[in-house]
Amino acid sequence: MAEEMRIVLRNYGKINPLKIDDYIAQGGYKPYDKACNMDAFELIQEVKSANLRGRGGAGFNCGQKWQFAHQAQADQKYVVCNADEGEPGTYKDRMIMENDPHALLEGMAICGYAIGATKGYIYCRGEYPQVVTILNTAIDQAQEKGVFKNFDVEVRTGAGAYVCGEETALIESLEGNRGEPRYKPPYPPSEGLWGKPTIVNNVETFANIPIIVEKGGDWYASIGTPAYPGTKILTLTGDINNRTFFEVPTNTTLREVIYKYGGGIPGGKKFKAVQTGGTSGAFIPENLLDTPIAFDSMSEIGAVLGSGAVFVLDETRDIVDVACRISKFFEHESCGKCAPCREGTMRIYDLMTKINGGKGSKSDTALLNKLGRVMSYSCFCGLGQAAPAPVLSTIKHFQADYDAKLM
Amino acid sequence: MVNLTIDGIQVSVPQGSTILQAAKEVGINIPTLCYHPDQAVKANCRVCVCEVEGNNWVLPAACSQPVFDGMAVKTKTPKVIEARKTILELILSNHSQDCLNCIRNQNCELQELAEEYFIRDNPFELKTKGIAKDFSTPSLVRDPDKCVLCRRCIDTCSNVQDVKALGVENRGHESMVVPSMGKDLIDSPCVMCGQCVHACPVGAISENEQIDELLEAIADPDKVVVTQIAPAVRLAISEEIGMDIGSMSMEVFASGLKQVGFDYVLHTNFTADLTILEEGNELLARLKEGGALPMFTSCSPGWINYCETFYPDLLDNLSTCKSPQQMFGSLAKTYWAEKMNISPDKIYSVSIMPCTAKKFEASRPEMQDSGYRDVDVVLTTREVGRLFRMSGIDFEKLQGTNLDSWMGAYTGAAVIFGATGGVMEAALRTVYEVVTEEDLPNLNFTMVRGMEGIKEAEVDLKGTKVKVAVAHGLGNAKKLMDQVKAGNSPYHFIEVMACPGGCIGGGGQPITKSNAKRQERIDAIYVEDENCAIRKSHENPEVKTIYDEFLQEPLGHKSHDLLHTHYHAKNKKFL
Repeated sequence: MAEEMRIVLRNYGKINPLKIDDYIAQGGYKPYDKACNMDAFELIQEVKSANLRGRGGAGFNCGQKWQFAHQAQADQKYVVCNADEGEPGTYKDRMIMENDPHALLEGMAICGYAIGATKGYIYCRGEYPQVVTILNTAIDQAQEKGVFKNFDVEVRTGAGAYVCGEETALIESLEGNRGEPRYKPPYPPSEGLWGKPTIVNNVETFANIPIIVEKGGDWYASIGTPAYPGTKILTLTGDINNRTFFEVPTNTTLREVIYKYGGGIPGGKKFKAVQTGGTSGAFIPENLLDTPIAFDSMSEIGAVLGSGAVFVLDETRDIVDVACRISKFFEHESCGKCAPCREGTMRIYDLMTKINGGKGSKSDTALLNKLGRVMSYSCFCGLGQAAPAPVLSTIKHFQADYDAKLM
Repeated sequence: MVNLTIDGIQVSVPQGSTILQAAKEVGINIPTLCYHPDQAVKANCRVCVCEVEGNNWVLPAACSQPVFDGMAVKTKTPKVIEARKTILELILSNHSQDCLNCIRNQNCELQELAEEYFIRDNPFELKTKGIAKDFSTPSLVRDPDKCVLCRRCIDTCSNVQDVKALGVENRGHESMVVPSMGKDLIDSPCVMCGQCVHACPVGAISENEQIDELLEAIADPDKVVVTQIAPAVRLAISEEIGMDIGSMSMEVFASGLKQVGFDYVLHTNFTADLTILEEGNELLARLKEGGALPMFTSCSPGWINYCETFYPDLLDNLSTCKSPQQMFGSLAKTYWAEKMNISPDKIYSVSIMPCTAKKFEASRPEMQDSGYRDVDVVLTTREVGRLFRMSGIDFEKLQGTNLDSWMGAYTGAAVIFGATGGVMEAALRTVYEVVTEEDLPNLNFTMVRGMEGIKEAEVDLKGTKVKVAVAHGLGNAKKLMDQVKAGNSPYHFIEVMACPGGCIGGGGQPITKSNAKRQERIDAIYVEDENCAIRKSHENPEVKTIYDEFLQEPLGHKSHDLLHTHYHAKNKKFL
């Protein structure tokens, strides 16, 4: 197996996650002390110079986001960690939290100092009860040890809704409301949790912060591609020899991911397609595998890096059936707030069931194309905007598979 | 100011304006469905999406997208039209398509949009939930299969009325607007005010129509059909049948009702004046002899429901007066029956009301002090409009007729019952003159008029200073109630009307799309008051007669039996 570049996962397997002293022995919490001795504005400039972009899926510039919250005037600000890892085939945040919880806490505390927030929340997926225990242990130890100067973190668990990974739906859920997105603007850095300036970052994003502070933004910016520097933790699932997770620089190509790190397709079978970024990601055919996994290069081919999930299908897979099952997932996970997503996800699933069952016609794929297109630019939030991508991309790249099923 | 272009037209609007507001400035119409001018922006229907130059990946909703300097908006590109049309098709495909049988046929925002976007062959198969209508209340009917999930009803019920009887359950395509705890409306905190009906763009919630019941009574030769008309209806009925607000005179209205088959047309205004005598004296008695203060008015049945549900420990503060509708009902089958020499068992008492909660009020078991059901059926303004349309009456050519005798005379004080603050103003006109035994120098208590949520005034009654407050919309009432509950209310008398604007904005009135419309109706009411020859309830000659001949005196024995009532705490376990 090819060698990884472990930045975020640098302590993985080297420390006991339930012992803060192990983390400190590896140099943990020194970056936090360093950050607290910096001017908050300079600290944000450092993060900006790293050009770190959110690892949750949207890819927004992290330092810039912090700057908005830093500039906002308020009596209270919040740092919220999005640990609602609901993306099927993705478990990188769980890996971080289970193996190095303090890296997350430290990243959050540095953010708190940078923006002027004294309170943090970790919104953790309800299906990760063991993670909650680990996080609470880590928080208790950090408090006991007095490592935080003026910061306090609490863990909250979600009740299990995919949409709560969307930052404003997450905030609604944290406030005790129905988990539904809010319209933007205002964006959370100016009006977030309880109307106060709030930074919502993903687990992996926060876990990147200590090392950026330790080694500097320039060092970080030199890794991977310039527009999306650093590393990315990928999780490999499907028809792949190494169903595992690893951390690689962002200039790694999909082909390298599948064949170098993933060890190729088992049983000598041929590659069919790869879906990246999670359930809402597009399916990519063979001829596009030389694309780097960086955010913008993926966007250029109509795909997303998203959560870093890589789901590989071999030649024996029925891609229409796979896309149909995915459309059922979105029909179930739409929150129901906006009309195009509420109605559209159901219609996509309906049409896909019809086609998959051999009862569809050309007009059904045409309708799917129109519906998917409209949803992608008119739905309220990212869930509805992205939900049609698996269907649209398979219709585009695997038309023969559809034709074979049409009446 | 922010400078932008919309469809190439330059426009300058204040910072923080939305595309929708800016477009309105230059006369560009952007379709909306979940948007409501008096509510918070929801942006959930996505019908108002527009294209913004430089942003190719998403079409923002015009209702929620703030404008910025140099913004170039396009509202009618093929991409925009395709999105809006597809969204409408999606909504329609989950909406029962029985427009011909729908109460909102030709008065439906979705129907209008479907026509504007020439929806013909919907590519999506019709697929509704098939959920039965909720007929659990006498006032309102819910049809979940027509709901478009815009949530305007939830906004008005939660934010304007502070009742919170409605919410969303389930998610995705399974989402539904339901009464709290997923129960029937009658088992929720719903007060039946019908403000949700005004908010609803389609026919998902509406009044419980009783036109057939009425027609049956009219057809029965043994029944004498007597109707009372509430003050706020006269102004709104013309609107309902497509004339200018208030342009149909009372005489023409009465004549129309006679044509439809009513035997006698009388006026709730008469009992509105009577209410002032009873309620005014009740207030004076409480001030002199003690009793729960502040005293609250009791004309609005939505408000009574609210008080019984949410403030059962303050029921003693409610005036014991029945509402004018119920006073009329009990007098129609006693006093009026005697005067007319008609056997009360033959009288079929109909009330024409601006209010959906009145249907519930008439059905309350205690409302039969005449020995019969005091009011047999309640029709809303909208239902009477339908009755008129059905009858094909040409109101432009119709000759007017006088109202019938004994309970048909009224004053300007009764007229203003239709607007928020009207009961208070009418009461003050009478109470002042009764206490001071002097003529009131100025009849217009303008400080209690208008659409402000809570209004207050102070009147000097020969040394006794009486402080009064007026609230309309239950959210405003709640503020005053909490003050009373906390023991620091400075008021002696509080008027509450459940509906914003008072009865003119009642749940049974022509569908009101904005508070601006309510204000127009209010203005018409005060013009009518000014034009009345008599403007004080205690000067109503028929009211004088009824006390001389029948009731003897306000708060007397007979009044107590026929015109007053008791309230009961509603045992709502979920609260």
